Amino acid sequence: MPTSRSTRIVLYVYGILVIAFLYLPLVSVSFASVSKARYLSFPIRRYSTKWYGEALKSSTVSELVSTSLTIAVLVTVISVVIAFFGALAFARYDWRHRTLFQKFILLPIFFPQTVLGLALLMWFNSLGIIPSWKTAVVAHLVWIAPIATLIVAIRAYSFDPALEEAARDMGAGTLSILREITLPLLAPGLVSAGLFAFLLSWGNFPLSLFTTGADSTLPEWLYAKMVSGYSPLVPTLGVMSVVGSFLLIFTALALAWLVRANREARAAQQ
Amino acid sequence: MNRLDRKLGLLSALPLTAVLALSFVAPMLVVAIFSVMPQKVFSFANMPDFSSYRVFLEQGYYKSLMWSVGMAFAATLILLVLCWPLAYGMAKVFGRFTLVLTIAVVASLFVSENIRLFGWVLTLMKGGLIEGHLRAFTGISFDTPLYGVPIIVFGLVYVYLPFMLFPLAQGIAMVPDDTRQAAYDLGASRWQVLWQIEVPLAAPGIVVGSLLSFVLACGALAESKILGGQAVIAIADDIETAFTFGQNWPLGSALSVILIVIIGVLALYGVGRVDLDAIMGRRR
Repeated sequence: MPTSRSTRIVLYVYGILVIAFLYLPLVSVSFASVSKARYLSFPIRRYSTKWYGEALKSSTVSELVSTSLTIAVLVTVISVVIAFFGALAFARYDWRHRTLFQKFILLPIFFPQTVLGLALLMWFNSLGIIPSWKTAVVAHLVWIAPIATLIVAIRAYSFDPALEEAARDMGAGTLSILREITLPLLAPGLVSAGLFAFLLSWGNFPLSLFTTGADSTLPEWLYAKMVSGYSPLVPTLGVMSVVGSFLLIFTALALAWLVRANREARAAQQ
Repeated sequence: MNRLDRKLGLLSALPLTAVLALSFVAPMLVVAIFSVMPQKVFSFANMPDFSSYRVFLEQGYYKSLMWSVGMAFAATLILLVLCWPLAYGMAKVFGRFTLVLTIAVVASLFVSENIRLFGWVLTLMKGGLIEGHLRAFTGISFDTPLYGVPIIVFGLVYVYLPFMLFPLAQGIAMVPDDTRQAAYDLGASRWQVLWQIEVPLAAPGIVVGSLLSFVLACGALAESKILGGQAVIAIADDIETAFTFGQNWPLGSALSVILIVIIGVLALYGVGRVDLDAIMGRRR
């Protein structure tokens, strides 16, 4: 039964309301970030961008950003490499323990991250490792590498193994098949997995909380300020972090669109 | 299944398995061992006893566990009802709008949970976005809904919405249109189609979505701390306190083990029932 016109309209409106619901708190944060007063109260009487200036000048902020960035970049690179192979084991090859492997890598995703962070803290302690931003990379990987693997796996499901078999029949070795056939076919999945890995690591708080030791990431610092009392820098840094992430997403989407448009145009020419 | 596939499968599973063995399985073992150590020790070199589990029962920690589980359950039910129409729209009705919705929802996931919850505080507090503007324009004022159990459930619903929405949409997409059409042609009512066709056929998505939201909400911490003003203590909060202020690793470990067992049993039961290949779109 085709959905009636009125039902469709109601569903569209509902969808728009849900998006509004998801983004309403960010609207409040953005307003708060341009309020001049040290103690926030709505409606905002005087607007100013001075907190942005302060944030850019502050050395604490640049330190927080560079720690978060280092962790996120390392997590991204390692996750993508692990996810490439992990996805092949998840979706492509038929091997004996495949279903067990699929379920095993889902466990960390289901796991409460605070508890995972604490467990890692005790584990590092019993190994004699002093927590720092490096241990936070390991902590992020436990959660993010499986997610990246799932994202690449979705792509790996949709490619035709006959392509690899054809290359093998023509005498290509395993490594050159991986390089020449599998890698290019999975590339879009790897790019989105990398994007996810970077953004999830950049915004992660519960895993960093116990595993960064004396170092601190941006979300950790924001949380500490939120719990211990208001700082006008909290909304400002929040907005800057969000805008940064969204710029990255839109750049990626625009690039993906350009690549596709380019390919279609070339196909049309031929 | 040829021999080469078997070898390559095993080889390519190695990196991820190694990472998870070293930094997921091993820490869990450490937690399990610590949970049977005497109170307030920091090494394994002690005679095991089960004092931490006694403390859990005697000092009322089970109350936090019940609050966490109860609130997670409420949030999951609300999410199911809230997400069903939208997931239905995404799977069957919206065309390009599905893509817009997906991007909007996924993008919101990349914003740190802290910032989003803090945004709700600014929205709902006295003198916040809603109350402040209402009072300035109409003179009407209301008490802030912050700092209570309902607002914590609200926070859980807000944060875990994507984890219910996407699996649910995936599940509903698995319901063939022909089957629904046939049911309608045979005179089934809207409710009959929902309960006898759509819900059973979309079950894998319902199971995965509910499980994800429930499990994540059980271990949630930030909602009760930031929005709830600690009106009730969540179990994850107790675990954190035991490790930090309490300096009692064995107690923290025992509380973690109890939470892990509840979550683990549910997750294994649920995941064991679902065909991952089918839900992720395997062709063969």
